[in-house]
Amino acid sequence: MPDIEHVLNEHPFFAGLPPEQGKLIAGCARNRMFGAGQYLFHEGEPANEFFVIRHGHVALEIVAPGQAPLVFATLGQGEIVGASWLVPPYRWTFDARAVELTRTIGIDAACLRGKCEADHDLGYAMMKKFLSVLVQRLHATRLQILDIYGKR
Amino acid sequence: MRAPPDPFIPQLYRVRRAQRELADTVTLELAPQDGARPAFQPGQFNMLYAFGIGEVAISLSGDSNDPRTFVHTVRDVGAVSGAIARLTAGATVGLRGPFGRGWPLAQAEGADVVIVAGGLGLAPLRPAIYQVLSNRRRFGRVVILIGSRNPADILYRHELEQWRQRLDVDIGVTVDHADPEWRGNVGVVPALIPRALFDPHGAVALVCGPEIMMRFSANALRDAGVAADRIYLSMERNMKCAIGLCGHCQFGPDFICKDGPVMRYDRVAPILAVREI
Amino acid sequence: MERSPATTAVMSANALQGLIDALAARRYRVVGPTVRDGAIVYDTIAGIGDLPAGWTDRQEAGRYRLERRDDSALFGFAVGPQSWKRFLHPPVETLWTAHKDDAGVTIAAGPKTAEKFAFIGVRACELDAIAIQDRVFCEGPYPDVAYATRRRDAFIVAVNCGEAGGTCFCASMQTGPKAESGFDLALTELIDDAKHEFLVEVGSAAGGELLAALPHRPATDAQRAAAQAIVARTATRMSRSLASDGLKELLQSNPNHPRWDAVAERCLTCGNCTMVCPTCFCTTVEDHSDLTGASAERVRKWDSCFTMDFSFIHGGSVRKTAKARYRQWMTHKLASWIDQFGTSGCVGCGRCITWCPVGIDITEEAAAIRAAPQAAKGA
Repeated sequence: MPDIEHVLNEHPFFAGLPPEQGKLIAGCARNRMFGAGQYLFHEGEPANEFFVIRHGHVALEIVAPGQAPLVFATLGQGEIVGASWLVPPYRWTFDARAVELTRTIGIDAACLRGKCEADHDLGYAMMKKFLSVLVQRLHATRLQILDIYGKR
Repeated sequence: MRAPPDPFIPQLYRVRRAQRELADTVTLELAPQDGARPAFQPGQFNMLYAFGIGEVAISLSGDSNDPRTFVHTVRDVGAVSGAIARLTAGATVGLRGPFGRGWPLAQAEGADVVIVAGGLGLAPLRPAIYQVLSNRRRFGRVVILIGSRNPADILYRHELEQWRQRLDVDIGVTVDHADPEWRGNVGVVPALIPRALFDPHGAVALVCGPEIMMRFSANALRDAGVAADRIYLSMERNMKCAIGLCGHCQFGPDFICKDGPVMRYDRVAPILAVREI
Repeated sequence: MERSPATTAVMSANALQGLIDALAARRYRVVGPTVRDGAIVYDTIAGIGDLPAGWTDRQEAGRYRLERRDDSALFGFAVGPQSWKRFLHPPVETLWTAHKDDAGVTIAAGPKTAEKFAFIGVRACELDAIAIQDRVFCEGPYPDVAYATRRRDAFIVAVNCGEAGGTCFCASMQTGPKAESGFDLALTELIDDAKHEFLVEVGSAAGGELLAALPHRPATDAQRAAAQAIVARTATRMSRSLASDGLKELLQSNPNHPRWDAVAERCLTCGNCTMVCPTCFCTTVEDHSDLTGASAERVRKWDSCFTMDFSFIHGGSVRKTAKARYRQWMTHKLASWIDQFGTSGCVGCGRCITWCPVGIDITEEAAAIRAAPQAAKGA
């Protein structure tokens, strides 16, 4: 699918990958579009697919009984939704909802995991990219839980 | 030309208007009992005195070109600030100031300006925003990034929405958490910085908010390529005399009251993350 | 500095009484050293009978006691727990008073005392300390006018030290033991079995005028040499020293040095050092009102960076631990002060060492950090 491959190569998350690896990833990818309010996935569902946002906004939320869902992060153009596909038990730990019309590329998790096992260079490149995103998000999350704007 | 007032003695001001901003935050417009109010630079502060209770340092948050009043946004966090925040129109308040070093707007002319505000930090930045917007031609791109606890705590929301309608300013707003009614960003304000559109080369950044937020915003600005000597923070420490004589506001070798509160990042960076300095 | 014969004289010890009387007649409040409660303190004196004749002090880290001398020298001691800042920068001062009634609020500046001081017996290190506080209070963007007035009106009679105190280190701080400037008159006590007199150096026009009104005679070369010898001898008897080279950078780049933790184990954060230090200037303000709420006042008081409240901001104190507070005091005194006021804040008087209940020695702490700098690791 040359169209998807081109889109992936242009996407900031995959920047710097050699074209053969881009081709491998594209082989697991397809276009996915979500209308405003539509859920990409729910907590507890198997993490079969992760998403690369091309346009739009996705809100990550947690539900608790008796309260409105709590949105703890929003992701936008150029960002990746979902890391639980990388580590067992491969289950989503929160809900992801499109805030507005959102175009993404969905990447089949089992497909990409299989290719990473077969090609460790690809696997290592993916690990490095995801690790970087996760560290940034961890750092931001730590800041959030400090509730720095709250009164002490 | 009148002699400047004795900096030790509060001058008397009257509350012209008291407007509630948030559950615990009020904006007061103060007019002098006699004469005109002194001029001030965006980023400076006054010491506000509640009769018989005490004084507290509050940044100026109004328009420096409006000569009629001093505007202060006050949050109730203690005995004195609480008393000040509860004042109503017509009440008398004591005032010493303005004191301190303000935002380096002259230095920012010709460059892109990035303003990063966290929580109540938007208040000391508002006079700078007014100056930039009313002299828009003198600056390059103007980016204003605002972080808040949740959507209900966004300060000056009405005004933000007006600024957003301008075609020559980029405004980014994010909150630490929200309910699904909120259609905007959720996340920390430093995360808005890499996505903001400005030329880091020569850009001047003005940052104000809780110290943790300023530290991490400065890091993000540095990562984005803004020079350390063109990032400015507004620091806060215990303030008593506000005129460099009592020693309380020292932060390393600097007196926040007279060497600050606006401080250049490269000067404070070495001690910013040192515990209990 | 060589003084020409015209500006040095000799007067008898008894003539000192005439000096004190002349100052009192000119409406000065004459303040000098006197023995009280087992220490030599500074207070109003009526005459030489109030001076600590025949007393000296024995000082070591955490120890101070008076001892009888073999002679009746009037200034045969070093320094006591107080310094002249008690008078120039009073511990308590009302800044203003306010009244509230139906007509409104009025605020008026605090009562101004018209006292002018004459200090008798100011040591070289203390002259330096006064000059340091002059910079703090008079050379900033908002001068303390009350301090400046007291300073301007003060008459200073310095005294050159014949004894090195047990904890002094003025020689290494280059603040003594010889009084070089900043005085109206400077005395060096010359006492032996045969005589008891003072070499007098004139340091100002006002000093010269006063001397002219008192019985004195020109100093001889021998007397001048004797005075110089006394001071030179004192300089060699210092018990300790502080090396200032590179000390500022050393302290400012070692905020996490393990020595700070070590001294924190001992420091009680009692604040004695800040009270006795002649240059410590920090104050706080208290707002009082009466029960009816009709009147209020603001009082300024000495404060210490060792108190928990000193660094309080909403949320808590910035410096909670003893480590942070000791580090603040010492780094300010020996390093930040230079950035702020152009000189070290320490004059080597040794008071903080003497009056620390656990005997912490600032020179020892500085030497320990210098001996094992950690800066390479990064703050």
